[in-house]
Amino acid sequence: MTYAPALLNSERLVHLAPVDLAIIAIYFLAVLGIGFYLKRFAKTGEDFFLAGREMTAWVAGLAFVSANLGSLELLGWAGSSYQYGILAAHWYWIGAIPAMVFLGIVMMPFYYISKTHSVPGYLQLRYGSAASALSAVTFAIMTVLMSGVNMYAMAVVMKVVLGWNINFSIWVSSVTVGLYVAAGGLFSAIFNEVLQFFLIWFGALLIPILGLIETGGWKGMVARIQQNFPGQDYTHIWGPLGRFQDNPMGMHWTGIVFGLGAVQAMGYWTTDFLVVQRVLSAKDIRSAKMAPIIGSFFKMAVPFIVILPGLLGLAVLPQHLVPASSLQPGQYSYNEVLPLMLARYCGPGLLGLGITALVAGFMAGMAGNVSAFATVWTYDLYRPFLRKTAPDQHYVSMGRWCTMIGLVISIGTAYLAMGFASIMDYVQALFGFFIAPLFGTVLLGMLWKRVSRAAGFWGLLAGTFSSIGMFVAMKLDPRYVAVFALSPHAKALAQDMYQALWSCVICVTVTVLVTLVTKPRPDEELKGLVYSLTEVQQEGSVGLIRRPAFWGAVAIAIFLVLQIVFW
Amino acid sequence: MIKMSEKRHIVPVWFFVGVLLLIYGCLIFVSGLAEWSNPPSTVLAELHAPVWWGGLLIILGGVYVAVFRPKKDA
Repeated sequence: MTYAPALLNSERLVHLAPVDLAIIAIYFLAVLGIGFYLKRFAKTGEDFFLAGREMTAWVAGLAFVSANLGSLELLGWAGSSYQYGILAAHWYWIGAIPAMVFLGIVMMPFYYISKTHSVPGYLQLRYGSAASALSAVTFAIMTVLMSGVNMYAMAVVMKVVLGWNINFSIWVSSVTVGLYVAAGGLFSAIFNEVLQFFLIWFGALLIPILGLIETGGWKGMVARIQQNFPGQDYTHIWGPLGRFQDNPMGMHWTGIVFGLGAVQAMGYWTTDFLVVQRVLSAKDIRSAKMAPIIGSFFKMAVPFIVILPGLLGLAVLPQHLVPASSLQPGQYSYNEVLPLMLARYCGPGLLGLGITALVAGFMAGMAGNVSAFATVWTYDLYRPFLRKTAPDQHYVSMGRWCTMIGLVISIGTAYLAMGFASIMDYVQALFGFFIAPLFGTVLLGMLWKRVSRAAGFWGLLAGTFSSIGMFVAMKLDPRYVAVFALSPHAKALAQDMYQALWSCVICVTVTVLVTLVTKPRPDEELKGLVYSLTEVQQEGSVGLIRRPAFWGAVAIAIFLVLQIVFW
Repeated sequence: MIKMSEKRHIVPVWFFVGVLLLIYGCLIFVSGLAEWSNPPSTVLAELHAPVWWGGLLIILGGVYVAVFRPKKDA
């Protein structure tokens, strides 16, 4: 996503009425009020960093989805669906659902039983300090970077949509998030994420409803799109993926299935601590397994409020939107499709709710980033390397300070983003560098007891560096695109998918090779960390309807039906 | 959710959700009624979306507040 050229437009999209301003102001007061109310309950490290491990499956599941919704999701993917059509839905379906179910059924028991505070914490237990530190450092850097870029993206949207000053938006939103997360820790972040989940849905849901009424339903919308953009297929998810050059994404089905579904999505949903932290807060193992599965049902439905508005934009907007990089005064970019649709259907009151939904999305993402950053810094870097023994209260204070420091760094990153129009593309790619190989390292560690400490570290390092190497090679010399992404027609997103796939393959290969020439750890050290040495608690005699595996199967079945319906 | 509240006497998150939806519902509903005879220049304004959407939020918010309100004995 590129935003800087969007500032060329001096005219704001909408004007807010007093009722809209009241709705936005009440939202800010509510999130702050909840944060300070919960401060009294965040006394110990377990409270502050893991919400006391008391969350129900529903609360953890909604927070799990909400923390992800903020990551440029609403505007970015609505814009992508205007640009690429329904192909963007792959990131919500094959790019999420199998991975979320896999997290719940297979991986969550290990995270939960090991009582780790974080994903690098699991690596510490399984592979030792080197792999854990590598993962913690890269995660901390990427988290504050992403937080800053999110912040800047929100500020630009507020500038374009409402005419608000960029500095005002950055400081007001970040100080608000900083205050409520520093006050109540993960308690506060999760409570507000659940609140934000409802606001996002109720604020954005009217757009597809009114849009479908205007177009006369799905068929009417498709007919209008074909009329406005003749000869292009925007409404099928698998049909146009036979060849790279047959779709605007420059994508092939192998990239979606193996790069996105098998590696990128698995890596993000099962090892990115931003989302996993929410599930670790669950009150028992059944809730921890159910949380991502509950989240998967809502994730499956998110295209209704993100992808469908982009498609409706293709059908009903009088002007054609353009890439942000080629934006001229008077034009709008793909990323503005959601605000444009909001302005099209929503008058006073509803407009305020819609804007609040956008703000809530960004704040949920920001809070997710800073709370995860505070935990990883405190438990995976500060405690093992700087101060090993200190009272629990000391680490809670460190977490509070880290939240504020993380936000200050994020604000710096936000200003840095202003100077680089395409920094978001690079940050997204940077984030991918560490996630795909990390999945290989964590999964092998859980499933194969033979994997040694050295193998975990060298596999992760090799995967990360190979991913960076492929990215740099493809940027410097486009001829490498045909080598790594299998076709010269592969575009940026396709390149990312194959880059993730190969980096995970390299990580696994190096891990296996190093394992074969190094000494394995004794079995007794790996209890609770490896599948074959762990007694995973079962649900016992609970009925079918209370079993996570049953609901996981239902989620997969609905996911498959969606693939067939929109094939 | 109930267990969490009982353990620490934390007001359930669903109650906060209900209160906010109720407040927003009232504001949007009243705003929709106020513009009934002079709707804004948005597409499909004749459907008076703020009235029924505000009403829906009031009902949902009201249910959440009623079901999850803090109990005196908690």
